[in-house]
Order: sequence, then C-alpha cells, then structure tokens
Amino acid sequence: MAIVSSLRGIGSRVVNGVWRIGYATRFFLMTLLYSGASFRRFHLTVKEMFSSGVMSLIIILVAGMFVGMVLGLQGYETLKRYGSESALGTLVALSLVRELGPVLAALLFASRAGSAMTAEIGLMKATEQISAMEMMAVNPIARVIAPRFWGGVISLPLLTAMFSSLGVFGGYVVGVVLIGVDEGSFWSQMQAAVDFQHDVLNGVIKSFVFGVAVTVIALFEGYDAPPTAEGVSGATTRTVVQSSLAILILDFILTAFMFRGD
Amino acid sequence: MSSEALVEIRDVNFAYDSRPILKGINMTFPKGKLVAIMGLSGCGKTTILRHIGGVLKPTRGYVKVDGQVIHDLDQDGLYRMRRKMGMLFQFGALFTDMTVYDNVAFQMREHTDLPEEIIHDLVMMKLHAVGLHGTQDLLPAELSGGMARRVALARTIALDPMLIMYDEPFAGLDPISLTVVGQLIRRLNDALGATSVVVTHDVQESLKIVDYIYFVSDGAIIAEGTADDIRASGETFVHQFVYGEMDGPIPFHYPGGNYNMDLGVGA
Repeated sequence: MAIVSSLRGIGSRVVNGVWRIGYATRFFLMTLLYSGASFRRFHLTVKEMFSSGVMSLIIILVAGMFVGMVLGLQGYETLKRYGSESALGTLVALSLVRELGPVLAALLFASRAGSAMTAEIGLMKATEQISAMEMMAVNPIARVIAPRFWGGVISLPLLTAMFSSLGVFGGYVVGVVLIGVDEGSFWSQMQAAVDFQHDVLNGVIKSFVFGVAVTVIALFEGYDAPPTAEGVSGATTRTVVQSSLAILILDFILTAFMFRGD
Repeated sequence: MSSEALVEIRDVNFAYDSRPILKGINMTFPKGKLVAIMGLSGCGKTTILRHIGGVLKPTRGYVKVDGQVIHDLDQDGLYRMRRKMGMLFQFGALFTDMTVYDNVAFQMREHTDLPEEIIHDLVMMKLHAVGLHGTQDLLPAELSGGMARRVALARTIALDPMLIMYDEPFAGLDPISLTVVGQLIRRLNDALGATSVVVTHDVQESLKIVDYIYFVSDGAIIAEGTADDIRASGETFVHQFVYGEMDGPIPFHYPGGNYNMDLGVGA
C-alpha cells in the first residue's frame, strides 16, 4: 500500500506540474493578447517601469560597480601570469557584456522586482482587488498584468546596460587607476575586441529573454497564489527560486546557440 | 413583490467538485427593491451573488439579469452587463496604490471618454453622497474601516448601476458606521432607482432597511418574506438566527465524533 501511495503522490505531482505549465502558458498568451492597452495607455507601462526598473537602479548600479572591480582585480592577477595585462579591458568588457551583465542583472531583478511583483499581485488577489476589477468589467490581465509585464521586459535590458557600463567603469577604476594598467591599451583593446552585433546585441537578446522569463514567472505566481499569507509568501519564494533557475538554464541554452565554436 | 424582476434565479444548483453548495435556489429581485440574502457563514450566500455577477455558472438552472441569461454571455457581453452592475466587497477591495479620488474615478476613466473636469465633479458628488467629501487625497491605508467601506460604496455607484450587490457590507464595522452604511445603502438604492442585493448575516441592521429577505441554509432557501414576516416566523432556524439564541436547530458543537472516546474515559 505504501508503494501505491507513493506512486499516487508522484503521479499527482506530475499531473499538477503539467497543469501549472499549461496555465502559465495560457496566462502568458493572454498577457500578449491583451497587451494593446499597455501601449495605447503607455503611462500605465511607464508607471510599472518606474516600480520595477527605477526602483531597482541602486542595487543594479552598486552590484555592477563591484562586480567590475572584482573582475578587474581577478582578471589582472590571471592575465599578469601570461604577460597580457593590457588585455584587461577586453576581459572585463566581454565577461560583462556577454555573460555577467545579463545574468547577474536578471538575478538581481528577479530578487528585487520579481518578488515585489508577485507579492503585490498576490495581495491584490487576497484583498479581492482583482475580483473587484473583474466585477467592474475591467480585464485585470489587460489593466494589471500586461503593463507590469512590459514594464519589466523593457526595464531589464536597460538595467543590464547600466550594470555592464558601471562594471566596465569599475574594472577601469581598479585596473587603470589603482593598479596602473595602461589606459590606452585598456580602452583600445576593448574597442577592438567587442563586436556590437556578436557581443552587445547578443547580450541584449539575453537580457530581453530573461526579462520575459522573470516577469512571466513573477506575475503568474502572484496571480495563481492562494489568497492567504502563506500562499503569498510561498509564491514569492517560488518566484525567486524558479526565476533564478530559469535564468541560468536559459543562459546556457542561449550561450550555446550564440557563441558555439567561437 | 409584484414589480418587474431585474434578476431571476430559477432552480439553480451548483457544486464544487462533487460537493453541493446550492440546491434548487429560486429567487426574484424586483426592480427598485432592496433584497437581503441571509444565512450562516458558508451556507452559499456569496455563491449566489457570484452567480448573479456571472463569476460562476450553475450546474443546473439559470440566472437572468435584465432579461439575459448571464452565464450564456460571452466575455464581451458579460463585461457589457457588468458595466450596469456595481459590487461592494466585504472589506471594500479598494485599490491600495490609488488615492480615494482615483479609486472612485477608476471606472469612469476605464469605461467613459469623459473629460477630467467632468470626472472631477462626478467624483466629488459621489464622495459627497457617502459623506466623505474632503478625503479625495487620502490613500486607503489612511482610512478607517467604516470610511473605506463608504469610499468603496462611492466607487460602486460611480457609473449609476442598475443593480448593486453588497457582500457582507456590515462586517467588522462599529455600531455607528454600521448604521451609516445601512442607511446609505437604502438611500442610494432609492435615489439611484437601482435594485440592490445585500448578502449579510447582520440581522438587526438588515431588517431595518430591506424590502424582502431570503433565508438560506445549507444551500437551500428555508424561509422568505418581508422584515415583519421574518420577525414573526415560526421556522425554528429563522427564530434562532434572528434572535441569536444558543438553543435551536443550529448546533453549537461541530459534529466531531465521540468526545469521551477522545478523552479516553470510555464510550
């Protein structure tokens, strides 16, 4: 009987998991379908860009600066062994633009803005604000979800650009100002090595994909959260965990397609 | 109740999974009247309200609002119908990121092309109607429970609905707020020429303001009539409920098995 019970439990989890993926997919498609108002009344989207983007600026800028500084230090120590200190600018820029910028900015965005989105939507549901909107003949997907979705999707690439820019500046401060790497070779090698389409654009594509993944997970978890304190806190936790895993898995897949054989 | 019906519920049955919630409900809500649905918590009152709002679909029977079977409408039709309805939720359900002004103006901005000056005047009139002129810049967190309920009421009547639904409008209110909200419900119903449905278990306040009452127990109607009919009812459940008596058909104890066995003192 214990085996049957265990199998039943596993089966139930699998079936529920498949249902949730189906619901999430439908939710995503509905969000896209009802996105018109987010652009017709763009002030709604701008408001959400402020909540998710501007409010995340401090953590993104500080983190970007320190990540760049660490890259400068570690990169210099490694490159020095091979007598290639002048390539520090290339190392810092490529690491940030291709990889660390999109991934770390997305992870920070998921923790800061994603969790806030889930908690806000979950509480709106728990306090019947979503139901009230439906009873007022206002589609909550169009009025609440879609502006937040586009606000997040537009914000993350911008935040990533700022993260990478501050990171490069941090690398410059440590490498050139503090350690004394030649400033000319730092910038010129960086300029020569970083290709706009291959490196910068691929980084932007990554951050766009991460933005879609994080905001969809955050909004779906909030919308699907049981209307209780435990339900909302559990949904918030799931947002951070699932978003982080999604970012790392998607990063591997995207990297494999974008940079294979380079 | 002889006037023309705005809402008709006929032989409505509803079940969550296999658990029956509503059993053969028949109700009529005439135009211009204020009708209460009363009963214990969990008896199915709010479920009836959700059927009228088109949130739930009955497993059998139908709900007609303004001559249309509401659960047969597509989403556009349902939204068109809901624009003619207003609903006051149990704790107001005000949008917490908006001021009182924006809450009341919400539907006007969503559903009309009125210029902002007209919306401003309408919001002021609605707030004045519920006695809260001057609170327009406050956030919901800055309001007391009674004030929040009145702001929600102003938002509910923003577009002068033909049907107003109230889900436990008296829950958690102090006696003064309770009387104020009760009187507002009556006065607004008459002033707007609307039809109102009040789901409540606050007997004394409701009996003062409503035209007709349906008593629901365990998903079925067990009594109905005017306030005087209900007060004089010989039905034991209604009598126990109206007068708040300990003894009667509604047991104090949950049917939890043998208490002595649980204490280990024999059968």
